[in-house]
Amino acid sequence: MAISQDRIRNFCIIAHIDHGKSTLADRIIESTGTLTSREMQAQVLDNMELERERGITIKSQAVRIIYKAKDGEEYIFNLIDTPGHVDFNYEVSRSLAACDGAILVVDAAQGVEAQTLANVYLALDHDLDVMPVINKIDLPSAQPDEVIREIEDVIGIEAQDAPRISAKTGLNIDQVLEQIVEKIPAPGGDPEAPLQALIFDALYDPYKGVIVFCRIKEGTVRVGDPVRMMATGAQSEVTEVGYFGAGQFLPCGELSAGMVGYLCAGIKNVADTRVGDTVTNADRPCAVPLPGYKKVNPMVYCGMYPADSARYPELRDALEKLQVNDASLHFEPETSLALGFGFRCGFLGLLHLEIIQERLEREFNLDLVTTAPGVIYKVHKTDGEVMELTNPSNLPDPSEIEYMEEPVVAAEIMVTSDYVGAIMTLCQERRGTYISMEYLEETRALIKYDLPLNEIIYDFFDALKSRSRGYASFDYELKGYVRSELVKLDILINREQVDALSFIVFKDSAYDRGRRMCERLKEEIPRHLFEIPIQAAVGGKIIARETVKAMRKDVLAKCYGGDITRKRKLLEKQKEGKKRMRQIGTVEIPQEAFMSVLKLDED
Amino acid sequence: MGEKTMELYLHIPFCMKKCEYCDFLSFPANESTQQVYVEALLREIAYYGKKCKAYRVSTVYIGGGTPTWLGEELIVSVVEALYQAFSVDLDAEITIECNPGTVSERKLRAYRNVGINRLSIGLQSALDGELRLLGRVHTFDQFLQTYDLARRCGFENINVDLMSALPEQTAERFEQSLQQVLRLKPEHLSVYSLMIEKGTPFYDIYKFDVVKLQAGLRPVSLPSEDEEYRMMKLAERLLADAGYRQYEISNYARPGFACRHNIGYWERANYLGMGLGASSLMENIRYANISDMDRYIRESTKMREGIWQNEEDELPATNMHASAERLGRKAQIEEFMFLGLRLTDGITRERFARSFGVEIEAIYEDVLRKLEGDGLLAKRAGHIFLTERGRDLSNYALARFLF
Repeated sequence: MAISQDRIRNFCIIAHIDHGKSTLADRIIESTGTLTSREMQAQVLDNMELERERGITIKSQAVRIIYKAKDGEEYIFNLIDTPGHVDFNYEVSRSLAACDGAILVVDAAQGVEAQTLANVYLALDHDLDVMPVINKIDLPSAQPDEVIREIEDVIGIEAQDAPRISAKTGLNIDQVLEQIVEKIPAPGGDPEAPLQALIFDALYDPYKGVIVFCRIKEGTVRVGDPVRMMATGAQSEVTEVGYFGAGQFLPCGELSAGMVGYLCAGIKNVADTRVGDTVTNADRPCAVPLPGYKKVNPMVYCGMYPADSARYPELRDALEKLQVNDASLHFEPETSLALGFGFRCGFLGLLHLEIIQERLEREFNLDLVTTAPGVIYKVHKTDGEVMELTNPSNLPDPSEIEYMEEPVVAAEIMVTSDYVGAIMTLCQERRGTYISMEYLEETRALIKYDLPLNEIIYDFFDALKSRSRGYASFDYELKGYVRSELVKLDILINREQVDALSFIVFKDSAYDRGRRMCERLKEEIPRHLFEIPIQAAVGGKIIARETVKAMRKDVLAKCYGGDITRKRKLLEKQKEGKKRMRQIGTVEIPQEAFMSVLKLDED
Repeated sequence: MGEKTMELYLHIPFCMKKCEYCDFLSFPANESTQQVYVEALLREIAYYGKKCKAYRVSTVYIGGGTPTWLGEELIVSVVEALYQAFSVDLDAEITIECNPGTVSERKLRAYRNVGINRLSIGLQSALDGELRLLGRVHTFDQFLQTYDLARRCGFENINVDLMSALPEQTAERFEQSLQQVLRLKPEHLSVYSLMIEKGTPFYDIYKFDVVKLQAGLRPVSLPSEDEEYRMMKLAERLLADAGYRQYEISNYARPGFACRHNIGYWERANYLGMGLGASSLMENIRYANISDMDRYIRESTKMREGIWQNEEDELPATNMHASAERLGRKAQIEEFMFLGLRLTDGITRERFARSFGVEIEAIYEDVLRKLEGDGLLAKRAGHIFLTERGRDLSNYALARFLF
């Protein structure tokens, strides 16, 4: 059955976090009857358990919806969900490239936020038509007129007839559906041209192999066609094509220009099907790939070790399984004197790290010891070699280092005028370089700073929220590398250096970080039979010291007939505490201690 | 054929007034409640007497609460019931706990006459200020009178309880208490450091100090860890000089006067606890009686066994029990170690092998080597025992014996 292109609408929903993107998606799907209410679980597009718990979208998803419009025609809506976090900016851009228009959801109480702007600019960059929707008008604090004015003033798009909705209650969703038909353009492309399909996501299925999510830009793809991924060169024969029901794959005969769907070609590795790559027909290839492809590289690295070293093979298997669906997860084996065998893992950002960590613990039941996350430093050695440093332990001897560079991001922070001072102070503290500030309207400013990535990966977002009472929003992208005075801070416990506790730090912060690290470790390390010095050192020079005093007395004085069960419990607790310790030389260190560096700014 | 032996414990959950630190099952009660309770206890005694025909009773311990607060006729009736129901050895050690100021000559003579031959007096401190702080109902003078009276009534085996690590206590003040008591030359001394237990008034007052101590910080009212350590060492030295031998972490005795009943707990002898909330260990099953008074009295009138229908149990759990746990081999071995090592003589290799059919090294070789290396444990002539430092850090050492 040929589907006329003018009956297709390919779009996504963009929004600042919490402005109601997923809820609106749910309502659209629900009101077009794609799912019965029994099948309808809240926020159907976010179908990973973790996504639903955290209320964020991690991986893109797509769904095809049939909508019978007021003009009496049936339309096919392809709704492509986009990840909602800066860690996944590239994925967002590829999802947008698969669309022809975007619904912009703005919270009627909160108005335009940093991510709203960032997402709109991204959408406009992809030549998408942006259709604003004012959400949460059921809130008492809703100011839809204000927000509409703001959208027009700050973003510069027409918003007078933006539907005023409540995705939560379903109010005025019909207006949204009609406007999709009216305002989102129909796709173009020539079904007879050589195949040119954009990959915007991929998923591994043990039976079908990799399922490639794609938007057909030009040409047609059918079962049996030989296809090639233009960037990776992977070549295979199409075994199935189809489109997305809600939560299921519905095979069909072919996908042609303008359509969104999936194809399977017996590909075993997701790494062969990178997001942003172009699929073409191997026998009749298109002249050039679609623009915008880049290989995404991890920005944040940390060591992950099984708490029980015997489970190292299980950790490897688990990481391999996750990588099959997540080409941006990197890992390679490493060995730590302190922690034994583990992996150095690379992530798009800290959220990505946390998600992987949680999935390993939850889905694979692994107990992990994670070392402090760090960024990739460029070490320029005296012999001219440039080394990319992901593990602080591998830092060459200072005599071999000419200079070092660290990654810097361009950050955009939107904040109400009351907190401008506080936020600028925060950015200065984090070694930020002021770029610009503009007042978007009287009470709101957009502040731009260049910030070293390693200053924002731990707790910058939390600090931002607390110093602005929650009013600041934040977006960033990698800008490049700059030369920086960096040193490696080593920690010695009982005079033994613990490799897993080393980290790279800005030279002027070393003393302060070292002192606080020692204090923190003093709290974390239980007393032993002997005194334990904890020292921080830079280049062999001790810069801070704390001592864990030796244990002198640990006795339960009374133990008679009625005390024995209780006594056993007490000893068991003591024993249990030991199990969660790592033996470093003669010292037992609790696993949490390895994350201490993350908590330095807590108090 | 040698008969099996067992010990008996009888719980009297009554006291004039609860002390500020006390978390025992004990409370004030009027005479009729005491009467009703003792009647229930007599029913329990009669019931178990029939069940335990195969055992000889080597020791009896009447604890509380303050058993001596009750009228002497109640205590006498309980002890007489024991003689009727059980085969109590002629030379059995029979102890009663006592608080100064709750006994009269008449009570003490009645105890002696019914065969009670050991008195354990809860003094806690020789300083009246400390006694008041603890919420004790007596003064040091009253203790002296009680002690004197007990001697005159023929008690030749007396224990005195003392406490260290009291709020505001210093090693010097603790020494005063020790010296005052040593002058009396009791046969036995129990010296404990005060534990601040949840649910007591002391906990509400001193909980922050407890947390501080755990974190290695300086407490406000409770003695610092170093001070407490000094007190412990002081007691060890003074008592050794006065001819007492420390035979357990908290217990000291002149030769021949170690408490046989309590040693039974650490050597895992069979013991049957009767009364409210009492605990038992019989043939490797640990039981605990229910601790609700009304229920205890009600259930005692219809004692019946086997309510868990556990045919393997030597002594079936009854409607009086709140819990019964059969100890597996591992739990038995663990208990053997963490209880046995509380005794300064420790455990013997021979008894371990006899009890579990395997040499101790086969199970604990690594632990023994580690603790010996740390200087916490030593071996001599078939005995394995904690060193002085091992006793100071006994929790640390004993926890290693759990699987």
